[in-house]
Amino acid sequence: MSVRVKLPTILRKHTGGEGLVEGQGTTLREVLSDLESRYPGITQSVVSEGGGLHRFVNVYVNSEDVRYLGALETEVGEGDTVSILPAVAGG
Amino acid sequence: MSRTFTEEEVVRYARHIILPPIGGDGQRKLLEAKVLCVGAGGLGSPIAMYLAAAGVGTIGVVDFDRVDLTNLQRQIIHGTEDVGRPKVESAAETLRSLNPGVDVRPHDTVLSSANAFEIMEPYDIVIDGSDNFPVRYLVNDATEMLEKPLVYGSIYQFEGQATVFLPGRDSPCYRCLFPQPPPPGSVPNCAEAGVFGVLPGIVGCIQATEAIKLITGIGNPLVGRLLIFDALDMDFQTVKIRWDPECPVCGKEPTVTELIDYDLFCGLAPGEAPPEAEHGVATGVRA
Repeated sequence: MSVRVKLPTILRKHTGGEGLVEGQGTTLREVLSDLESRYPGITQSVVSEGGGLHRFVNVYVNSEDVRYLGALETEVGEGDTVSILPAVAGG
Repeated sequence: MSRTFTEEEVVRYARHIILPPIGGDGQRKLLEAKVLCVGAGGLGSPIAMYLAAAGVGTIGVVDFDRVDLTNLQRQIIHGTEDVGRPKVESAAETLRSLNPGVDVRPHDTVLSSANAFEIMEPYDIVIDGSDNFPVRYLVNDATEMLEKPLVYGSIYQFEGQATVFLPGRDSPCYRCLFPQPPPPGSVPNCAEAGVFGVLPGIVGCIQATEAIKLITGIGNPLVGRLLIFDALDMDFQTVKIRWDPECPVCGKEPTVTELIDYDLFCGLAPGEAPPEAEHGVATGVRA
């Protein structure tokens, strides 16, 4: 499965400034490890050392928060959009 | 008795009064509304200015900071001659000049767990234009506990987020969106990371739009949806925000029922400046 992954500015340092990248996998976990293999370090701020999702970074598959789906085991389909959204506080 | 318009008001607000579904009724609601802006910085500037222009009757502004030359690239409520002045004083002057009919209430203080209820209590709606996590969680918890709508906006470099949190047990709050703050120091502040000057203008205008919609009751509020804006790609995206029944503040069995130490909650020692602070001063509203 090929999905589109939207990256926040803070993660674009890993992709040479690119904000939209392709990812491969059938679950969110697979997509993230695919990204990690090509852009080392990119998932550090998304997945905790314990292997779960951080609670200050949200991941959406299309418009749904994966915390209310299957978290890292959320299934993704061809053409889905995965969006990574960190909490920011600027004003 | 509903309020009648003065001759000047009929002219000043003519474009709203002739605009359905705002009309005279909506304009009257604006004139009678009381809104608190937390922060008189990048977001607070357009928020407060558009609310004043729209005739929001009472506008409170809370900020403890002083105007700095580096603010002026985006904080359009302040001018060059205001550098060094309290932000709320400079902001009040701009708002009164825009619309002398507005009752502007400056709160030149650090918003804290000790004074949040007292400051927020007189207002109908609170708009968050602060710039650090402790104050964002404080504003969320206080508005939930006071049962006041919160219009949220936040920015980083070229990206912005906005939504409306309504009080109540089945409507999400900021903690439902982000249950925990990031570790201190993990998110660089505007001073370290820079910020695109127009960005708070766009996000702040969205917040002002939502506040005016809430007051007048028009349209569909940005509730249960988070608007994500990317200035570089000029992309607006909306994702769902779900109410978390386990939320410690607005969930089924709340465990946080009074204001807490938000520095501690955000991993900071008491009195330690959050990493977002631009000037390294004690925790409070920064912008």
